Amino acid sequence: MDFSIAGILAIDGLTSGAIYALLALATVLLFAVTRVIFIPQGEFVAFGALTLALFQTGKVPGTVWFLLALAGITALSDVVNGIRRSHDAARIAKQLVRTLAVPVVISLVAIWAAPRGWPLLAQAALTLALVTPFGNLIYRLAYESLADASVLVLLIVSVGVHFALVGLGLFFFGAEGFRNPSFWDERFAAGAVSLTGQTLIIFVASLALIVMLWLFFERTLTGKALRATAVNRAGARLMGISSNGAGRLAFTMAAFIGALSGLLIGPTTTVFYDSGFLIGLKGFVAAVFAGLSSYPLALVGALGVGLLESFGSFWASSFKEVIVFSSILPVLLWRSLRDPHTEEH
Amino acid sequence: MKFRKTLLALAVMAASAAALADVNVGVVLSLTGPGSGLGIPMQKQLALFPKEIAGEKINLIILDDASDPGKGVSDTRRLVTEDHVDLILGSCLTPVAAAMAPVTAESKTLQVAASPVGVPPGQDQWLFRLPQGNDVMAHAMFQHMKKLGVKTIGFLGYTDAYGELWLKAATAEAEKNGMKIVAAERFARTDTSVTPQALKLTSANPDAMLIVASGSGAAMPEKAIVERGYKGKIYQTHAAATPDLVRIGGKDVEGTYVVSGPAVVAEQLPDSHPSKKASVDFVTSYEKANGAGSRNQFAGHSYDFAIVMQKIVPVALKKGKPGTPEFRAALRDAMETMGRTIFSHGVMNWTKDDHWGYTNETGVMLKVEGGKFVVEK
Repeated sequence: MDFSIAGILAIDGLTSGAIYALLALATVLLFAVTRVIFIPQGEFVAFGALTLALFQTGKVPGTVWFLLALAGITALSDVVNGIRRSHDAARIAKQLVRTLAVPVVISLVAIWAAPRGWPLLAQAALTLALVTPFGNLIYRLAYESLADASVLVLLIVSVGVHFALVGLGLFFFGAEGFRNPSFWDERFAAGAVSLTGQTLIIFVASLALIVMLWLFFERTLTGKALRATAVNRAGARLMGISSNGAGRLAFTMAAFIGALSGLLIGPTTTVFYDSGFLIGLKGFVAAVFAGLSSYPLALVGALGVGLLESFGSFWASSFKEVIVFSSILPVLLWRSLRDPHTEEH
Repeated sequence: MKFRKTLLALAVMAASAAALADVNVGVVLSLTGPGSGLGIPMQKQLALFPKEIAGEKINLIILDDASDPGKGVSDTRRLVTEDHVDLILGSCLTPVAAAMAPVTAESKTLQVAASPVGVPPGQDQWLFRLPQGNDVMAHAMFQHMKKLGVKTIGFLGYTDAYGELWLKAATAEAEKNGMKIVAAERFARTDTSVTPQALKLTSANPDAMLIVASGSGAAMPEKAIVERGYKGKIYQTHAAATPDLVRIGGKDVEGTYVVSGPAVVAEQLPDSHPSKKASVDFVTSYEKANGAGSRNQFAGHSYDFAIVMQKIVPVALKKGKPGTPEFRAALRDAMETMGRTIFSHGVMNWTKDDHWGYTNETGVMLKVEGGKFVVEK
């Protein structure tokens, strides 16, 4: 292996690593705030990429109907809850408007805009707006009533949500894969190593998002409230921070990050309805490197996973996944030796 | 109440008596789930199935396996125990058809699979396949490589069974033709990047690259190889011979050689190709019923199944009545003694030892030119 091959592999690995980093951050965020190990994080990636792909063909993406269906079911549970707690009609109506307004408006805009062939960036923005509300709705339907259950129960729910989302993804998007057009077709070459505009966008967007997340947690009241919930749920609730509100916000952010990752990798590979799972799982491996608690370590872990994957497929492509997923074992061993603690029940 | 029960019993008896006299064909297809893209065209072609063969009425009993091997097995059990079918067509998915095989073998019922099921010879006594095996396709591809003077080959294939079977077939063919596979790399359909594999393959710089992938997954590895500046010939397998290759690959897949069965390129076949007449007939009748451009490889398997039935039913009728074990056994024997038969998918010659059966006249080489598949002369 000479220098140029190593260079190409390193860039390839870091590009994948940047995507895994975003997903790892979302996984850490969700686990810290809600104690949910969110396996379906990757599904948002596939949803994002495929929604944009269908906008590109001028069709109304299946995400629209999916979003409307989810919003409808959530609204139904609102009504049932309201009646059970004998709230008056006005209060139930207000809650319904709060649940339905955003999804319905975005869906209508999407249906109206789909055949009009908007520019790529506008369609990308619309895609983000379509996929982001999924986070909130999925949290409310699947997790909110179980918020105080054990980590294991929440994990089992996550597995169920994962299978449901993959199956529905197949129904709404079909079995065929799509590849999106590049946001920026420029190529920069330095010797044998070349950098495409899309790679550059991936790096810049990931970095910008990480900085924005840092600012959000350090400088805003909402961010600090999320951190407080992560540190101590009961304590935060005593201070007047709604733990349900924190959960909804965290899931919305995770869905946004997932959809953005989907837009970023859409032009570099063919995305299928089930592509998200493995991508999300690699983000999860990176999050485990960080013990599901530290954002900077998750970033380092994700870049490590990307590089390991890239060099692994160069040397032994048949065993690539084996290499990536076995790398979790020494990390787990090291973590459990370093801070041994008893199992919580 | 009692009267009603008697009436019901009479009706059931009448129905089963009628069913006994006809030839009952069980059909297990994936009409829902991920395999529905294959099963539904097959069902559409079955709508054009002959109502009568050799004076016997043909009943098709079509069940959905939901792309699930477990459902396929329970469908098969129902067909053999309740409907007493004479033979079974299905399934269009390899894992489902493979799960059905032990059931049909146990009940001594002929199974005609529309997928390349890899049951070893000897254990496939009751199983015959309609699609071409990889060996036949590899033969056509390597003859073409030989003609163009290819000496070294790079292999980039799926990590699954399809990739493995092709690697075996390609290694055998390469040895036979004095070529060498200089690098073999693997990838998965959902990988985010195949750049490292492409890098390794292009640094070996073979005369030709063989990419083994299917449907819309076939374009991504080829784009990666082209991006690394590879200028040699690129070959794709018959699973990639779909419009998706061009839809996703765009101008990067221009000039790619793709091996294919003859059915989907019917009109373009040279007159010398034995399947020309059958495939043109299939394509015209199918597109007349389902609209222009709707042709599909799997619908072709249903068409070929009708050809098989026309041949074996008259032979088997001499040995036994439909609905009896003798008739079922005679159908199976007739498959092995059918001889050289022209299908829309090629030339079939099932024998006692070969239940794949296609002869080497079958495969056709296509080239992507201007975003279309053109037959290589």
